[in-house]
Amino acid sequence: MDWQYFWELFFGGLTRGSIYALIALGYTMVYGIIELINFAHGEVYMLGAFTALIVAGALGIYGFPALAILIIAAVVAVIYCAAYGLTLEKIAYKPLRDAQRLSPLISAIGMSIFLQNYVILAQTSDFMPFPNLVPQPEFLEPIAHIMGASEVLIIVTSAVAMAALTLFIKYTRMGKAMRATAQNRKMAMLLGIDADKVISLTFVIGSSLAAVGGVLIASHVGQVNFAIGFIAGIKAFTAAVLGGIGSIPGAMLGGLVLGWCESFATGYISSDYEDALAFALLVLILIFRPSGILGKAKTQKV
Amino acid sequence: MSATTGNAATPVNSASGTAAVLDVRSISMNFGGLRALNEVDLQVRLGEIVALIGPNGAGKTTFFNCITGIYVPTEGTVHVTPRDGRTVTVNGLKASQVTELGMSRTFQNIRLFPTMSVLENVMIGRHCRTRAGILGALLRDSRTRAEEQRIVEESYALLKSVNLHQHYKDQARNLPYGAQRRLEIARALATDPFLLCLDEPAAGMNPQETHELKELVIEIRERHQLSVLLIEHDMSMVMSLSDRIYVMEYGSKIAEGTPEEVSKNPRVIKAYLGEESHA
Amino acid sequence: MQGLKKSILVSLWFMFLTFPLMVIRIDSLNGTIDWRWENMLGMGAGSFVLSFVWRFMMARKEAGRAAAAGGVMSARGAWFERLRSDPKAAVPALAVILAVFLVLPWLVSTYQTNIMISALLYVMLGLGLNIVVGLSGQLVLGYVAFYAVGAYSYAILNSNFGLGFWSVLPIGGAMAALFGILLGFPVLRLRGDYLAIVTLGFGEIIRLVLENWSDFSQGPSGIANIDRPGLFGTQLSVSDATTYIYYLILAAVIVTIVAVTRLKNSRIGRAWQALREDEIACQAMGIDITTTKLTAFALGACWAGFAGVIFAAKTTFINPASFTFLESAMVLAMVVLGGMGSVIGVSVGALVLILLPEYLRAFSEYRMLIFGATMVLMMVFRPQGLVSPGRTKYNVPDAEGAGAAAARPAAGGNA
Repeated sequence: MDWQYFWELFFGGLTRGSIYALIALGYTMVYGIIELINFAHGEVYMLGAFTALIVAGALGIYGFPALAILIIAAVVAVIYCAAYGLTLEKIAYKPLRDAQRLSPLISAIGMSIFLQNYVILAQTSDFMPFPNLVPQPEFLEPIAHIMGASEVLIIVTSAVAMAALTLFIKYTRMGKAMRATAQNRKMAMLLGIDADKVISLTFVIGSSLAAVGGVLIASHVGQVNFAIGFIAGIKAFTAAVLGGIGSIPGAMLGGLVLGWCESFATGYISSDYEDALAFALLVLILIFRPSGILGKAKTQKV
Repeated sequence: MSATTGNAATPVNSASGTAAVLDVRSISMNFGGLRALNEVDLQVRLGEIVALIGPNGAGKTTFFNCITGIYVPTEGTVHVTPRDGRTVTVNGLKASQVTELGMSRTFQNIRLFPTMSVLENVMIGRHCRTRAGILGALLRDSRTRAEEQRIVEESYALLKSVNLHQHYKDQARNLPYGAQRRLEIARALATDPFLLCLDEPAAGMNPQETHELKELVIEIRERHQLSVLLIEHDMSMVMSLSDRIYVMEYGSKIAEGTPEEVSKNPRVIKAYLGEESHA
Repeated sequence: MQGLKKSILVSLWFMFLTFPLMVIRIDSLNGTIDWRWENMLGMGAGSFVLSFVWRFMMARKEAGRAAAAGGVMSARGAWFERLRSDPKAAVPALAVILAVFLVLPWLVSTYQTNIMISALLYVMLGLGLNIVVGLSGQLVLGYVAFYAVGAYSYAILNSNFGLGFWSVLPIGGAMAALFGILLGFPVLRLRGDYLAIVTLGFGEIIRLVLENWSDFSQGPSGIANIDRPGLFGTQLSVSDATTYIYYLILAAVIVTIVAVTRLKNSRIGRAWQALREDEIACQAMGIDITTTKLTAFALGACWAGFAGVIFAAKTTFINPASFTFLESAMVLAMVVLGGMGSVIGVSVGALVLILLPEYLRAFSEYRMLIFGATMVLMMVFRPQGLVSPGRTKYNVPDAEGAGAAAARPAAGGNA
């Protein structure tokens, strides 16, 4: 048994899974609060990567040090993605809040197509190289073949972000308001909670997390392209469903599980069908256990 | 033709005695830890109008859902005896199969097909009594066309019987509330049932409409030669319409009998009728 | 004044929002930044104007909603309804349209005929999807999978076994129908969003399998040299073959329109609609929803299969890249934007979505952008689509006055 290979795959999976988890959180929170699959969420992730790319490129030309670029690019990306998420919600989803199920979904798909092409036109449809901004410190040398600085950064950042989110949801007033609105919007409104603000905040948080994911992955992989949102989005959605849509710990768990599944499957079986694996998992879960690992089965009142 | 005197008309075909078209034995329904129904027995005899009453949350609609195949009861049996005389076990069958056997229903919260027309809603009811399939639809042969025309005419006639025929072209969702309830009944009748289950048909109706509804139910029973099981809260309607009444509370049956008997039953009075006790 | 202030704020917001992506362009070769300030100005001005338009449209939407609740139909809508329901007007209109389509190949170039063939293929796809989404309310996002099944059936059977177009046409439809049932079975219990996503997954899986299972499908390079449909065994020149295929697909579309309309106005069509409106009530009225759903899937898929066979014959070369999610999304858009459940609507939707970009070549860069925006805007402002489904007329007995014995539910009586 080649343990080194195993640990490589394990940490590779952990890395992927962390990214999926970050994006999945956005899906799950939005679905939990307005029962909408935010098809354009993957595009927000992509916008985060692109924004970071631009900022990093610009700062690089001005000669900023790598670490400063990384941090500034990340912050700017987060701000912008939050803004995009907010705008997205106001234009494409808010007017459709009371419409029948099909309309918001079509609107979301339309928004996704729009944003992809917006990036193509504003920037380019080519693959854009992303500079590697993560320094490789000394103390990681021994395990460098299993896990590099970039992976560590991803894992640690994701963990911190998720921990922060959990604390926020659990202990702050706004977090409680979010939980209340997710459970029963009308009641929450009657109790004085501004549902619009809560929903906007949900989008902002989800988009911010996706932005972080976008920046991390861009730096890790070394290139970005307008299409990365679609496939990452589907996989993250799979993760959210796997863990139980609407459940925040579920999204995190689902992300990790998917990351490991993908990593081990491509490592031990074959890498051709990597994407198909995620789709197949998605189909299987939705058929056999739509409530996911941590979710509760919903019954319909007749 | 039996005469209509005072209370509900005497059951049609009373000569055949007390044949039970619906025989429910000891059904229970568990939802996880919640026991919504607890060993409930109920019979509806041929031609009877039986009422199921009880406070909100007693389990009446759950009972309906169990006997019509929407839920599968956790325990107990449900037998029906349709017009051909052969008794069939119903629990475990799909809802559509139950309706095909001849038991149809209306819903507590009206469930019409909102954007379809009034006529089309009733035509849906004829689905299980007709046969045309894909080939017939595509080829439009004479047999299919004849069947379609029959469906239209039968449905229109049912609409006439509930006085909705002038609105046959309107969308179902545009009808006023009382008309929607009547439409639901017409639709249920289109399935040619031997047992009609009505879930709070008089909900939200004013006294005039309730009275008309009562007359309608009596007329339906006679014209279509069927039996009726109804859930209702309107006590005056229940007392004057039913042959027998079952009372439920917290998932169990607490009383059964004629309107007279039930209205005097102290348990019922305590649970449901409150301090008043008028029939 | 309020409006002006709002619009200025909106304009500033969008200028801020799009600043990094629209203004900054990194020229990595020279290590410089290309500041495209004109984009920001354009964005500012554009969003300023559009915010007024948006507010105006929103206000109209609210007013429209209030009016609709009171039963008032817009003037424009009423005009179209009257045209459609009056046989004296509808039949000549239909005849003219048909005539135009019939003589088209003789009026325009081969290239344009080819475009029309594409458009008609999409009409077929739209009508097929309409059965599943529009009539029976099952939201399917992976419809292109069945298109692929049809296309690859012909491609593989033709290149490996030499089977001709006409023999494979029914096979393609049957294979697609089979896949439709295979998809339908596991998703019987799913509703709404979940159903949509699973079908999306299904569609993508099919595409990925076609891409990777090279032994079977030749992978990403696809299958080439597929035979065109022969005319009594003879092979035709390219332009003649194009004309031939054009009439073929025109005939196919006409057959499809008739078939779909008949299905809609039948016992089975009503069952589908009942399923869409209220699944529980549908069951309670004695309709077996399993059979009904699977029939919808099978028939809807079948049409995509036929279209797929024709597509393969037309292009003589297929590869997995033709069958992406974007294709599914476009067909879905045609159905939803055209008007769910309406044959006219879906057809018009398909024609517009395919032909408009062709004839507005100047904007071709912005094609997809406009497409995405249109989807969003239509859902916000006109979710019912362009055309609402026609009301079927029934021949009811007696009813007040002679006007009640209306037209029979004939093939053209309701679109």
